[in-house]
Formats: sequence, C-alpha cells, structure tokens
Amino acid sequence: MADKIKKATRHTNQNEGLIFEKSSPGKRAFDLPPLDVPATDPAKALGAHYRRDGVEDFPEVSEIEVIRHFTRLSTWNYAIDLGMYPLGSCTMKYNPRVNEFVARLDGIATEHPYQPQELSQGCLKILRLLEQCLLEITGMDAVTLQPAAGAQGELTGLLLIRAHHTKNGNPRKKVLIPDSAHGTNPATAVIAGYEVENIKSGSNGQVDVAALRDLVTPDVAALMITNPSTLGVFEQHIPEIAEILHAKGALLYMDGANMNALTGITRPGDLGVDVMHINLHKTFSTPHGGGGPGAGPVAMKKLLEAYRPFPILVEREAGRLALESVRPDSIGKVKAFTGNFGVLVRALAYILAYGPGVRQATEDAVLNANYIRKHLEGAYDLPYSLPSMHEVVFSDAHQRKNGVNTMDIAKRLIDYGFHPYTTAFPLIVHGALMIEPTESESREECDLFIDAMRSIAEEAARNPELVKTAPHTTRVGRLDETGAARKPVLRWKPLPPRSEAAD
Amino acid sequence: MRYLPKSPTERQDMLAAIGVKSIDDLFASIPERYRLREALQLPGPLSEAEVIDFFKARASENSVGYTSFLGAGVYHHLRSVVTDAIIQRGEFLTSYTPYQAEISQGTLQAIFEFQTLMCQLTGQEVANASMYDGSTAATEAVLMAERLTGRSRVLVARSVHPEYREVLKTYARNSGLRVDEIPYAANGTLDRQALQSALKDDVAVLLVQSPNFFGVIESLAPLAEAVHASGALLAVAITEGLSLGLLKPPCEADIVALEAQSFGLPPSYGGPFAGVVASKEKFVRQMPGRLAGQTADAEGRRGFCLTLATREQHIRREKATSNICTNQALCALAATVHLTLLGKEGLREMAHQNLCKAQFALAELEKVPGMRRAFDAPFFNEFTVELPRSVKLVNAYLLRDKIVGPFVLGQPYPELTKHALVCVTETTPRTEIERFAASLRKALEQPL
Repeated sequence: MADKIKKATRHTNQNEGLIFEKSSPGKRAFDLPPLDVPATDPAKALGAHYRRDGVEDFPEVSEIEVIRHFTRLSTWNYAIDLGMYPLGSCTMKYNPRVNEFVARLDGIATEHPYQPQELSQGCLKILRLLEQCLLEITGMDAVTLQPAAGAQGELTGLLLIRAHHTKNGNPRKKVLIPDSAHGTNPATAVIAGYEVENIKSGSNGQVDVAALRDLVTPDVAALMITNPSTLGVFEQHIPEIAEILHAKGALLYMDGANMNALTGITRPGDLGVDVMHINLHKTFSTPHGGGGPGAGPVAMKKLLEAYRPFPILVEREAGRLALESVRPDSIGKVKAFTGNFGVLVRALAYILAYGPGVRQATEDAVLNANYIRKHLEGAYDLPYSLPSMHEVVFSDAHQRKNGVNTMDIAKRLIDYGFHPYTTAFPLIVHGALMIEPTESESREECDLFIDAMRSIAEEAARNPELVKTAPHTTRVGRLDETGAARKPVLRWKPLPPRSEAAD
Repeated sequence: MRYLPKSPTERQDMLAAIGVKSIDDLFASIPERYRLREALQLPGPLSEAEVIDFFKARASENSVGYTSFLGAGVYHHLRSVVTDAIIQRGEFLTSYTPYQAEISQGTLQAIFEFQTLMCQLTGQEVANASMYDGSTAATEAVLMAERLTGRSRVLVARSVHPEYREVLKTYARNSGLRVDEIPYAANGTLDRQALQSALKDDVAVLLVQSPNFFGVIESLAPLAEAVHASGALLAVAITEGLSLGLLKPPCEADIVALEAQSFGLPPSYGGPFAGVVASKEKFVRQMPGRLAGQTADAEGRRGFCLTLATREQHIRREKATSNICTNQALCALAATVHLTLLGKEGLREMAHQNLCKAQFALAELEKVPGMRRAFDAPFFNEFTVELPRSVKLVNAYLLRDKIVGPFVLGQPYPELTKHALVCVTETTPRTEIERFAASLRKALEQPL
C-alpha cells in the first residue's frame, strides 16, 4: 500500500489536551508594564455590586506552554501550505505571505476607524484603489467594500435590488434561484424579505431559458445566478437571461463565488449582470483562516449606486478622499465601520502583485481543472459533459455499485495526503465530487492527485471496505457526528469535586 | 509570475494532454463577443519589494506618531507578538472551514476552547464559534430573540453603539421587526421609566449595551427583572470585552452579543474583528452561527466537530436561522491565544490598569477649567465629558500637538452638542494623559 501513496507518509504528532487541563494557579504568560498612575480600588470606583474577583477557571499557563499548545494543535490541520486543497467552490489558492506582512504594518493595522479623515488618507487611498480595480475587473459602475463576507454581500445586493424596486413603487415579492445555487442564496433572500422560488436546471445543468421566460412575472424582483454555475460550467445564455429579466423590470444578481474562472477573460458587467458580490477570500487570495475572516464587496450598475450602504468614499478637491454618511436613499449599514479593512488590504496587495497578468492565473486555474478532468474521466462518472471552467464535477455513480460513496472517496483521499474535494454539492448531482484545483497547483501536484484518485477508484472496485472505513492514518477516525448533535458538549467544564462525583 | 508554479513548456504539455491547441480553446464556451480582447487596466505587476513600498507609503499618510483617545467600540490594547506568530502558522492561516474533522482537529479544538473562554467571560452557558463582528452579533441576538419569543417588537437602548443600531435597522427593515429606542436617564444609564411604559406584551427583547456607548455601566438585574416580567428577553451587547476582566458577567442576560476586538485584534481601521453570540443552553437550537462540539471516534478517542448544523444555511437553505456561512475563525483564534497568554491574572491586571488610567484621566481633565463629567454612573475605561465649547474645534487644536482627541458625541446624539467620549487604556502612558490635559487647557484658553 505504501508505494501507492506518494505524497504522504506517517509521522509522529504530539498529543495535547485542552488548555484548561494544563492550567495551574499562579502561572502566567504575559507581563504588563508597571502601572504608572495611582492604583484605584475597583470596589470603590465601580461599587462592590459590579466588581468581579477574577474569571473562574480561566487558564493559567506559561508562555512556552501557550506556544506548544497551539503549535501542536496546528499540526493536526491540513492546509494549502501543505498541498493541494481541491475544495470545489471554495477557491483554495496560495495566500501570499507579503499580504500578511503589509496588513500588519504600523500605520495600517494600528489605525482607528474614527480618527480624523485627514489622518486616514493612506487607508482611504487603499480603499479607493481597490474599488477602482474591482470595477475594472467586473465591468461595473459602482462598488461597496462594506460587506464582511460573501453571504453578507448577497444580502447587500438583494437589499440594493429591493431599494431600487421600492423606489419605483413596489419592492416585488419573489427571488428566483436555480436549484444548483449555494445554500446562502435562498437563506439570504428570506432575510431580505423575499420569497424564494427555486427553478429547476435544464437537462444540461444550465438555466432553462424557455422555462425562465414563463417564470419571470411582475412579482419577480431578481434572479440570483452563479456563473460559472456550481457545475463549473459557463452559463452561455446569460446575456439572454439578463434581457428576459430586464424586459420585465427584474434584475440579474450574480453570485461571484466562481469569479476565479472569469477574471481577465470576461466581465459580468458586460454580460448584463446588474449586481454581484465578490469573495475576496476566494478569487483574491485572502486567507480562509479556518473559516474566516472574509470580505464580500458588492459591485453594481449605475441604477443601484444611490442605495449603497454608507459611508461612501468620495473624492474632494485636490485629490483628498473622504467618507460621507449622508445618503438619503441608502439601504443603511450592514456592518459597523468601513468593512473588513485588513482583508481589503490583502486583496489589493494580491491584485497589485499580478496587475493585468491576473489573466494568467485564471488561465492556469482552468487549465488545471481540465487537465484533471481529462485524466479522471472514465475512472469517475461525469454527469454533465459541458466544457469545464475552473472546476469539474464528477459523481460517484461507478463506485456506488460497490457501496462506496463520495464521502468515502473523500475520506480515503486524506490517506493519500490531500484535502478532500467538496462532497455532495451541488445538490443537482447525486453523490457529487466537486474538484477545484486553482492555479496554485503545479503539474506535479496535479499528477499526484490524479494518481491518488485513480488508485482510490481501483480500491473501490477491489477492496471497497478499505475505502469505506477511511481515513486510516489520521489521529482520530471518523467522528460520531450524530452523537455530537444529540447531546451537545459545546464547552469544557471542570470536573466536579470528588465528593460530588461520588454521589 | 512568482505565485504561479508552471513553466511555459509545462502549460503546452498540459494543453496537449487535454487535446486542445491553445488555452483559448478552453474558454470557447464564453461567447466570443463577450471575451476581453485587451488586458485589464490594472496597476502592477509589482515585485514583493514594491508591494511593501506601496503600503508603507500609504501607512505614512495615516496617523503614525499621534496619541489617540478614541475608543467608541474599537480599542487600542497591548498584544503579544506570540499571537501573530501563532495565527500566521500556515496550518491555521491557510486552512478552510473545518468540515473535514479528521484533518481539522487543530482548528476545531481551538474553536472549542474559544467557546469555553467566551462562556467563562460572559457567564453564559453556550457561545458560538464567532460571527462577523459585534454589530452583526447584536443584530443576530435580536433576531434570535424574535424566533424564541415569536414576538416582533424590539426595544433598543439609545445608549447602544450608534453603528450597531444602524446595522440592526438595516436587517430589521425587511423582516417585519419594529424597533423602538429607549432614552437614557440623567446619569447615562437606561431610562427605566421609559422602559416600563414601552414594555408591552408584544416586545420580544430589550437590547442594552454595558458598558454603554457613553462608557457607563448598566445595572442589569433590575432590567432583566422588568423585561422578564413581561415575557420578553434581555440581550446585552458588549463592545469592550476587557471590561469582563473586572466587572460582574451579564448572567442575567438571556443572550449576550460580544465584540472580541479587544482580545488581541488590532483596530485595523475597523476590521476584521470577531463577534460572539452567547446564551443559555436551552436556547442553543435557535443560536446563529457555527458551533464546535466534543465527540469521539469509533475507538473512543476524543475529537471535535462542527455540530447542530441543521440550523445552518447549507442544510436548511431558506429555513436557516441565519444566512451566515463564514465565521471569523482566525480572529477567534487570535482571541483564544491572546486570552490564554493573559490568563486569569493578566486579564484582571490589564482590566484594572484600564480602570486606574481612566480614573486618573478623568481627575486630570476635571482640573481643566470649564471641563465637566457628564454622566455620574460608574464607568470602566471610557467616560463622557462636557466641554465649554465645540469638541470639533478643540479636537482640531489637539491635532497640532499630535493628539487625536476624543470621540465627538454630537454627531450621533445631536443633543450632546459639547460632549466627548474619552477612552484611556493600558497603552496610554501617564505622561500622554497629562499632555492631553495640558493641550486641552491651552485649547480652551484660545480666544473663540
């Protein structure tokens, strides 16, 4: 077995308990400079009623223990820095280290959102330049950088649409969402006050244009479309879809999660899209950090500009920049302050490093996806044969015959030294394997992945048990998730004193 | 391009293996007339050194070299270099949401520890794995209360952070919630009489902040009593988490919405931070956001996984408790490392230093002729003063001495025309507090 697995090998990693279990009274890992003003008695200043004696059971450890604790934990994670992370729809690409460096500079990380604007021109210039870059990339007219993540970008976009319709006399009732869409789309539409109408994909996985024509009534506020779709396929009829919507006064929202397939090649604004969000933590390489922070700027056509969340970045005389809050038609604020500024800094650093050459990244991402598709076709079922862009979606139809499903294959991939692809999404493919390599993978890494996937396909045929019980090399095996949900243990608690425990 | 790991020959070989002649063939599904013929008009490409130079130049156009007395929801606190060293480890920085538990135990255990720390600090029984920030956490707390009570009227103290109230209004506008504001009393705390008359049986929740936006500590027990008597819930927002090192935790609250920025996250011009929703165990199934839970594998080894996902959008779609997909995992990790470093003693000592410095600053400012403390309820590290003239003009004067003056309250509170919110933390040296008082004295001596 060992020679089949080329990328990974076993190595010892350390056991480590919870930090609370290492705690011992009187240890500390941080010293403050001495207090240089008279000490106040908290009971006197606050009143005994408000005073707290100390947080019960808070950890008490030394600095080396903190370092070891978190370093040990870190070694239990897989990461892009270790290898390919082919999660479809998540765009796990290299996160350049210089972006981390510049976001931490004095004068960048240290700045307070309420400091005078004349002392914030550097921050505002960063925001301005990022706005300009995103407008050029998307072909849109205006942008807001405020939303904290993709889902909040979606909400902002739908609120803009709602404000537009309301201004024209009627907010309308429904948002159309293809059944291939991300789960955030319908959840967001509800928060924006809309009913969701799911629309079935056509037999080729694309939006059925003829059917759409009948669905777009004067009740429809917008269609939320993902392009390329979650099948990794370009929606060829998107200009026509836009026309159908516009003819009825409805708008076209584009989920920009898959912008990594389009950057530098085509622009949503030119395709008839009215508003879209951009996941900076996907296409523009800001680190996922184990699940955030992200940023989800929203780019839009002129007709939505007046409704943007405040504050708005404006240019004053002599190139001075300012944030303006008085906007009568604005949808309001979706997040405090000016957005996830530190994330925006990293995205701009990424764009500046590439410049117009960002097109090469898109090309390489599409090249990698098609290379993998070519080599896995046959070994895995390809439910839709339309050309792939930045990701390819297989199904587990061949392996299911032997009782092996997409989750089993994914778990087995861990033993081969890879992070799994996205499993069981999109919902329109039964047992989906959604693979997005991104441009960050060398040919060598793609080849290793292909070998691993082919080898697992063989195992699934010859020794399905091996695959179904994977992973075999991780520090914990498959976890009892049902048990975790049935009797949730969501925090550590100290053991009860012995006498109580005996009761 | 240095980030791309392919040579031109490798690209050619890969195209040949796919069976196409040129890369353009792979984009054939995009109608020809929509394909860009020219390169995007973007600045760059820049080398690493040039990227650094660009951002250093921007940094120099900001406030480096100034001493700040701003707080108002974003605080300057000491941070150990250890925190950044840990969160920049690639295994934490460059991993995804821990859906594949077997190879994400590091992130999952850290989240579990974060949830525990947040429970300990807030005196609540469960806490989520974090949300975007304090403002969205406060909004989600209100929406949670709406789900729990089935009522649709929301009372919000006017002394809640103005931007938090703005965000709440944006979310409430289309979800059928009615938001009414409750005024503050003469001492800066919530006006209890106004609360009593607003409390009807359609009220889902009262949202207060403590210490509130004026820096004043709210007395939560009587508020909880009044609110509960009418069948509503009490939600407490906390913008200055460090206060919990010295103040009684808000155990009386049904839901707590905390901003964790003070725990090791730099101000960063407003984000990214981390919000937290904490609550009682019995309400957990209506909580928004991710949760990590303890479980075991088939051999009984302890492990952690994301749990109760049936509340979330990727399972429930339009019936989810929230549309939130991401949390602020790396920010939550920073907070976990920071709080672990501080530990029980360090947290208390840091909080105590804030209290002492703020008390000292108030005493210094009260010596300046014409300066007056505005609200007399107890405070932590922020307090409100009334000046004899416009705060804006005074702040403009302070800038000449390289001092960023206090927050101007007149903007969000038109009735507080000459009021300023002063913040002092452990990072403000005594000499700077004295210089601030002296500069203020000079400013007020200037002819109008």
